[in-house]
Amino acid sequence: MVQQDLDPRSDSVLEVSGVHKSFAGVHALRDVGFALRPAEVHALIGENGAGKSTLIKVMTGVYRPDRGTVRLDGRDRDFRNPLEAQAAGISTIYQEVNLVPLMSVARNLYLGREPRRFGLVDVGRMNRQATQTLGRYGVDVDVTRPLRTLGLGAQQMVALARAVQVDARVVIMDEPTSSLEPREVETLFSVIRRLKEQGIAVVYVSHRLDELYAICDRVTVMRDGAVVHTGDIADLERLRLISLMLGREMSTVRDKGTTAFDAGGHERRTERPVLSAQNLTVRHRIRDVSLDIHAGEVVGLGGLLGAGRSETAKAIVGALGTESGSVEIEGRPMRRRSPAASIRAGVVMLAEDRKAEGIIPNLSVRENISLAALPRLSRAGLVNRAKQDEVVRFFMERLRIKASGPDQKVSDLSGGNQQKVLLARWMCLNPKVLLLDEPTRGIDVGAKAEVQAIIDELARDGLGVLLISSDLEELIEGSDRVVVLKDGHVVGDLVGQDVSEEGLLDAFATAPAVSPDAPAPDPDADPDAASETASDSAASTSAAPGTPDSPDDPAGTPQAPAQDPAAAPVKENHA
Amino acid sequence: MTSTVLPPPATAKTRAPRATLGERIASQLQRRGALAVLVLVCAIASATSSTFPTWSNISSILGNNAFVWLLALGMTFVIITGGIDLSVGSMYALGGVLGAYGSTHGTWLAVLLPLAVGAAWGTVQGLLVAKAGMAPFIVTLVGLLGLRGLLQAVTNEGATTYLVPAHSAFRNFGSGVWTPVLITAAFFVLGAVLLTRTGFGHTLTAMGGNEHAATLLGLPVVRAKVLVYLLSGTLAAAAGALGGARLGSGVTTIGVGYELTAIASVVIGGTLLTGGSGSIGGTASGVLLLAVIHNLIDHYFSQYGSAFTDTVNGGFLAAVVLLQTLLSRTQQLE
Repeated sequence: MVQQDLDPRSDSVLEVSGVHKSFAGVHALRDVGFALRPAEVHALIGENGAGKSTLIKVMTGVYRPDRGTVRLDGRDRDFRNPLEAQAAGISTIYQEVNLVPLMSVARNLYLGREPRRFGLVDVGRMNRQATQTLGRYGVDVDVTRPLRTLGLGAQQMVALARAVQVDARVVIMDEPTSSLEPREVETLFSVIRRLKEQGIAVVYVSHRLDELYAICDRVTVMRDGAVVHTGDIADLERLRLISLMLGREMSTVRDKGTTAFDAGGHERRTERPVLSAQNLTVRHRIRDVSLDIHAGEVVGLGGLLGAGRSETAKAIVGALGTESGSVEIEGRPMRRRSPAASIRAGVVMLAEDRKAEGIIPNLSVRENISLAALPRLSRAGLVNRAKQDEVVRFFMERLRIKASGPDQKVSDLSGGNQQKVLLARWMCLNPKVLLLDEPTRGIDVGAKAEVQAIIDELARDGLGVLLISSDLEELIEGSDRVVVLKDGHVVGDLVGQDVSEEGLLDAFATAPAVSPDAPAPDPDADPDAASETASDSAASTSAAPGTPDSPDDPAGTPQAPAQDPAAAPVKENHA
Repeated sequence: MTSTVLPPPATAKTRAPRATLGERIASQLQRRGALAVLVLVCAIASATSSTFPTWSNISSILGNNAFVWLLALGMTFVIITGGIDLSVGSMYALGGVLGAYGSTHGTWLAVLLPLAVGAAWGTVQGLLVAKAGMAPFIVTLVGLLGLRGLLQAVTNEGATTYLVPAHSAFRNFGSGVWTPVLITAAFFVLGAVLLTRTGFGHTLTAMGGNEHAATLLGLPVVRAKVLVYLLSGTLAAAAGALGGARLGSGVTTIGVGYELTAIASVVIGGTLLTGGSGSIGGTASGVLLLAVIHNLIDHYFSQYGSAFTDTVNGGFLAAVVLLQTLLSRTQQLE
């Protein structure tokens, strides 16, 4: 059944070479080569916008490459749509569960290839087979119920079962674990191992490094639309992997960067934090995240993509429902958290997605700035225009917003000025705490420096600032303290000297050796809770060497340096 | 967090919660609500009115309306995909005129001419929606206006009336009570099989539920979309032709607003207006319910005039949709 290689040079089941793809003149992929061997689990990793998703879509027929070839079993293929790729044996599991929520579980599983009798769908057989199949994946449900009544993890398992059922030679998994519970991840891994035994190749995309090291054989690292590294994952240290991914060498840490932050830092005004979040937990996203923000201080929130940074900010202001946890503002607990209540209490968040969650493009600069403050600028429901103009003029000057005037439409402004308009919107509420989610993403260098200077200025004026940034330099130079998240846990709280590129990368690379149910080893956390979990944590540390479990792993424990607890400052309370 | 040694797979079980009783009742009501209300209304009407349960009344409800119900059948398919077809009322009228015109040249032409025109127009609408990516609302609104215009052209602005010859076999399709009812029932049964027991039907439901996912799952979304408008157009033309056979002539003024009644029946029958969920059985209950209520309102409130009928109809529709919204909300809260 296995086809002989038509091209003797290739021992790959799926091979992509020289692929270019651009959208509206922007290069998403540049000369990308990617080879997948039979029966291997191949990690594909890179930061946001590195081109992973585009590459996957090229391999699965969603996009057609501008240049380059996709070969399956040594033969050139030109998939015009996902159906053709599926028929050729390439199955995909997408990050968001891409099934039909209103249809029954069984119908989702068999959509497009229903078992038939007399030309009609044999519903009875379909349901029986679906029950059996899902049973093998540890999903025991009534298959006639709509898919949406299942938990996200179970839905992901249905998607997996579906993908594997199609006669697959290659299975591509795009962040399959982002909505899975730890035990479901284990089920997934055992399925992947079974696939491997059957000679099926798996492409595994994930930001969770532990998973990559646990299940993958080889790794391809992408950055800015190009492949920067391919090789056995066992030969690649975590630290090296991360620096490849982020595109910066450990040695090039500069003393003084290019950001506009004052090197001096800020001083805390009071001992009591202006905002104190305790044990925030959001299902599948963050767990037991605690942090304090003092007046006049910039607290950085670091972590790789998917670590739960934005979720933490959203949980604090109540834009994301939490399972547990509390937020105190100036010592007063917030009872019901909602964005409106947070704003009243003086906590405002600058959302990451400026276009979707921030500006209202068709309104003027004036209206965009004063939107949130309208209740304060109104009397008896009527807006006091003079007061409004005064506030708008003040902030346009203070934040140096470049616009033809307050009546210009905000969509005509540059990204940097739009960001300043949004800052102004929150500033005119006189907030106590400012949560900034990627405040300088996607704006040009000049505007970036200006926004950074404004952040500095605001903190000096006594605001508490939480700064989320993927730009390491910005995070290091802008923050007085950095809380590091990983997989939804706090894994470090870097102060003073540790707020450095090395310190951050170390923290990113460190596996949080805690069981997922236990609170993270957060220095800010309740000392009792920490000591309670210390024994658990220690036990799992010793039981978790983190080596790939392939028996023929020749390199032993090559990532030992990164695993060494002593090397990571955040592990102190375990030692 | 996953660097721990992995236990054998069989130990990990993902158990989704079983349906609660309330949720199951809600789900059943949502699916069969129209049927429940239909039974209730019929029971009350039979108990309180001496004229309602008579044979002549029932046969007039069934026989006079049966063909119009085919519009709702086609509409169910379209709405399940998340689309809408506003052209069916005009197509119904055009089908009747074309059928009557064709019958003067022979029964075969009387059947084929409307079907061909309906299929052709439906295909054009389907291509505009599926390939050109136009909004179904706009495309079929063009159909509503355009077909009406075509009808005016065919009949010299209503001046020419085509009569079905008195001895044409074509008249047999619409005569009596049982022929229309049986023809319509047969179409509904075929429709139910098509929707629940074929890959095509599953594709329609899937693309209504999540079109992006349906595409990624490799389903033939574009083809199914074209086919569904083709189906709806053909059914509407066929319904019109059969209606013409019953009336014995092509009536140009008929069919105004029928598309809205069809949409109402579909929605009352439990099909989500946003697509992705619905059933032919529900639509059957929906059309019967609307017909019975119309009959009752005519009977009880005829002294207040027909304006009152429409008001009550509208109010009832609002109540049913509100109830449905509440039901689906309880399901989501689960």
